[in-house]
Amino acid sequence: MDLVPRILGGDRRAVARLMTLVESGAPEAKKALAELHPHTGKAHIVGITGPPGTGKSTLVDKLALEFLKRNKTVGIVAVDPSSPFTGGAFLGDRIRMSTVAMDKRVFIRSMGTRKKLGGLARGTNDFIRILDAYGKDIILVETVGAGQSEVDIVRTAHTTIIVEAPGMGDDIQAVKAGILEIGDIFVVNKADRDGVERTMRELQTMLELNPDKEGWQPPVMETVARDGVGIEEVVDKAQEHMAYLKESGMLEQGLKQRAELELLAIVREEISRHVLEKGVEREELDALLDRIMQLELDPYSAAEEVLGRLRDR
Amino acid sequence: MRKIRVLIAKPGLDGHDRGAKIVARALRDAGMEVIYTGLHQTPEMIVEAAIQEDVDVIGLSLLSGAHMTLFPRVLDLLRENDAQDIMVTGGGIIPEKDAEKLKGLGMTQIWGPGTPTDEIVTFIKEKMEPGARS
Repeated sequence: MDLVPRILGGDRRAVARLMTLVESGAPEAKKALAELHPHTGKAHIVGITGPPGTGKSTLVDKLALEFLKRNKTVGIVAVDPSSPFTGGAFLGDRIRMSTVAMDKRVFIRSMGTRKKLGGLARGTNDFIRILDAYGKDIILVETVGAGQSEVDIVRTAHTTIIVEAPGMGDDIQAVKAGILEIGDIFVVNKADRDGVERTMRELQTMLELNPDKEGWQPPVMETVARDGVGIEEVVDKAQEHMAYLKESGMLEQGLKQRAELELLAIVREEISRHVLEKGVEREELDALLDRIMQLELDPYSAAEEVLGRLRDR
Repeated sequence: MRKIRVLIAKPGLDGHDRGAKIVARALRDAGMEVIYTGLHQTPEMIVEAAIQEDVDVIGLSLLSGAHMTLFPRVLDLLRENDAQDIMVTGGGIIPEKDAEKLKGLGMTQIWGPGTPTDEIVTFIKEKMEPGARS
């Protein structure tokens, strides 16, 4: 029954089961994650993000295949949006991952965002930790495809790959989306299509305007993931980027930032859960909402009241 | 909160996935997480995906007539992987006597053409209620 030794021993069913417990918020999941923690820190985490329809899943499939050729084991976490209305989700990334799905060195898990914004789900970091402890060398994380504000991935991945495709929108969209600051590697996929030169040029021009001329300069690369074209070069670059992070000391710096963000996020979540569970009863909340709707009270003052009550208790 | 996770898969060679997609959509709209793996899946691929995704239910859709070979193969592979706790259901053009045989082999339910999606949603929800899980 104890999942931790089974995971460390390479049992994929235990991996899958712990992931379910994490998503369900089961108390035993926290304990297992704590026990797995010392066994993490070895994997290279690569994030893949970009607008819908640029071919992220196909690219992930082919990148995984190339990493396997280089004798690396691969874990894949594929995030798709949950419906904000029903909480249900249609997770279809596996459709495009059939090349590597049956390889024993690969473990693929799909997840719904479950009300979380930012392109990842709440449990994504824990899934990565589980796959890391399970012994995967490379963990590919495919985010929700939305292209605007899906920036959580940079706080999770060592290497972030931004996927674009010809004709997906102009350079202004790229600036708005803030992707120019977060990409370590830019890939223009579907490069057999019209307009590829223009997309390449626009990305390169926008990147040249980035103020930071020192350190890692993100390359812009062409791929046709469907046919496996350009994949080796992208994997080369990803490995180069990891080597750069190690040499420059950025890896350690990044790890500290990541640890801080994660710790504070957990603290914030626990505080708000505590406040909402202990600080305000349903009837009190309804009474406050009534007053807000009657325009007797504004939301900021109402929030003060809730917090004030918690302090008094 | 534990969510019901369902794998919808099409084993075999037929390319008709309208029914599978309609069911997948209905389950999603009922708040379930549906992992859709697409066409032309081998029983091995289906079972491996079901294990990695830790699903509660597998829904197989098949219209090619090969249900008497492919469905039992899925059941066998689940047993081999010690994963027979995953509920297996199916849909498609499946004669009544075959459906009975398949249930005898371990499938929980078989739905024919024209089954209202509500019926499928309700069936799965009832089976997945705490206490009802085997």
